[in-house]
Amino acid sequence: MTEITLVVKQGCETCTLIEPIMGQIAEHFKLQVICQDTQDFPRDLPVEFDASLEQSYRLRIEVVPTLIIRKDGIEASRIFGWDVAAWEALLGIQFKSDLPKFRPGCGSKTHDPGMQERLAAQFAGHLLSARRLNFENVDDIEIGYDQGWSDGLPVVPPTAERVMRMLAGTRRQPDEIIGIVPPDFAPCSIEKIAINAVLAGCRPEYLPVVIAAVEAVLEDQFCMHGLLATTYFSGPMVMVNGPISRAIGMNSGGNALGQGNRANATIGRALQLVIRNVGGGRPGGVDRAALGNPGKYTFCFSEDETNSCWESLAVEKGFSSEESTVTVFAADGMQGLVDQKSRDPESLCRSFAAGLRVIGHPKMVQGSDAFLVVSPEHERIFREAQWSKQQVKDRLLDLLMIPGEDLIRGAGGIAEGLPEKLRGAVLCKFREGGLNIVRAGGRAGLFSAIIAGWGASGSTGSVPVTRQIQP
Amino acid sequence: MELLDPTSEQMPEGRQPLPRLSNIEGAVIGLLDISKPKGNVFLDRIEMLLNEQGAITKRFRKPTFTRVAPDTLRQEIAGSCDAVLEALAD
Repeated sequence: MTEITLVVKQGCETCTLIEPIMGQIAEHFKLQVICQDTQDFPRDLPVEFDASLEQSYRLRIEVVPTLIIRKDGIEASRIFGWDVAAWEALLGIQFKSDLPKFRPGCGSKTHDPGMQERLAAQFAGHLLSARRLNFENVDDIEIGYDQGWSDGLPVVPPTAERVMRMLAGTRRQPDEIIGIVPPDFAPCSIEKIAINAVLAGCRPEYLPVVIAAVEAVLEDQFCMHGLLATTYFSGPMVMVNGPISRAIGMNSGGNALGQGNRANATIGRALQLVIRNVGGGRPGGVDRAALGNPGKYTFCFSEDETNSCWESLAVEKGFSSEESTVTVFAADGMQGLVDQKSRDPESLCRSFAAGLRVIGHPKMVQGSDAFLVVSPEHERIFREAQWSKQQVKDRLLDLLMIPGEDLIRGAGGIAEGLPEKLRGAVLCKFREGGLNIVRAGGRAGLFSAIIAGWGASGSTGSVPVTRQIQP
Repeated sequence: MELLDPTSEQMPEGRQPLPRLSNIEGAVIGLLDISKPKGNVFLDRIEMLLNEQGAITKRFRKPTFTRVAPDTLRQEIAGSCDAVLEALAD
């Protein structure tokens, strides 16, 4: 049995134009007419007024008029707008009218601004399984503080509408469990990440990046539990590579490590809020940091790939430049490195090495990893001399071979240091693979940045993890 | 205003700690080194004091201080000791 559904609205000129042929369709088929904006249109046929837009939402109507043909209850085809030849072919009817041959349709009311998420919250709320909490007579910004959801800054109230809008940013199902979050070992669903992304102020298109960042920190080698619990300064830093960083407008240029860009600011914050709210990791609780660092509010940026003479970090890790990835790193804050005089790679490498030499402690070796963020004006010096990133890295590691006599306890009048037995050794500042070089920053300024890492790196602590971002 | 809960919604059941040992003579006390510097120095001294009071000691060590103890290690301690002391750090 063939049934026809026609979805229209009176405010659409194309819908009113085709009103005369609706009766002709009803003569041949069982016709259901759904009108989005009035119960009086069309005038001469029974109309189902879709005041709540539930029917239009469930039918996934994007344009009116839309004509849907069902055979034995199953949708066989649909057509939208007015195209006389197409309608006649689909229905097998010759229309008795002198209507124009073609008219585009109008937007469905289900696609008015803000309407999709409102309808999703109303009619697809069963997709959400998080507990619903009701609050009365309270300031909606104070709720986040009262409930302990905040990192100290205001959070966006996670209404069902906002969460549904956030979930539209990914194709993944809300109930998919992506891992177990420390320290409470709590299962984490896509929905819980979306709720925390709302709290953080993310836009829906950032959600895939946040999900990938959460997945990355939950990999065993990243050691998120220890990173949270440590008395050290560190917290997770997120660096984004690939097309998505440009598509969502991340900042890899001027002030890339600073404030002012919504994606940079909220993606890093969302990750921290997942650890706090889903994992239960809070300062003074399992987070035992002696001082912490400001990056524990949020620490996220993207690498400048378009203007670099070097391959990106993601390409170094085996991904293509067309793939989007996140890299997470157990990071302290950043240390500026100023060199306004070097004009050749050797001199600049010596400056970089002198800065890298002291991270953690001038006598600490094989402890922290580091990210060296090279700014464009410094990179230009290597570009002009045609130095590859690997050459820079090799030279830095040569310069960072340190005699044991400078590192042992008591050397330089400092009690801190390595055991006396290492006096005759020569040790590299970094473990193998512990030094990373990326490019970011504004066009002016002979400044680069060192982002030192957690004192426990490698197999005893944390290893940076790079992970592809899934849509 | 209705909001969705951003937390894990877990409600862990409270557990009472086991009663303290009334006497350590003859008791098996596990000593867990978490692999931080000088944990062994601390535990050597504790072990000496416990042995003087008649306790039997067993030494254990986590592979790294940055991760929770593996299940097998926790099970081994739980299955072979009456109590455990953990040397936290530095």
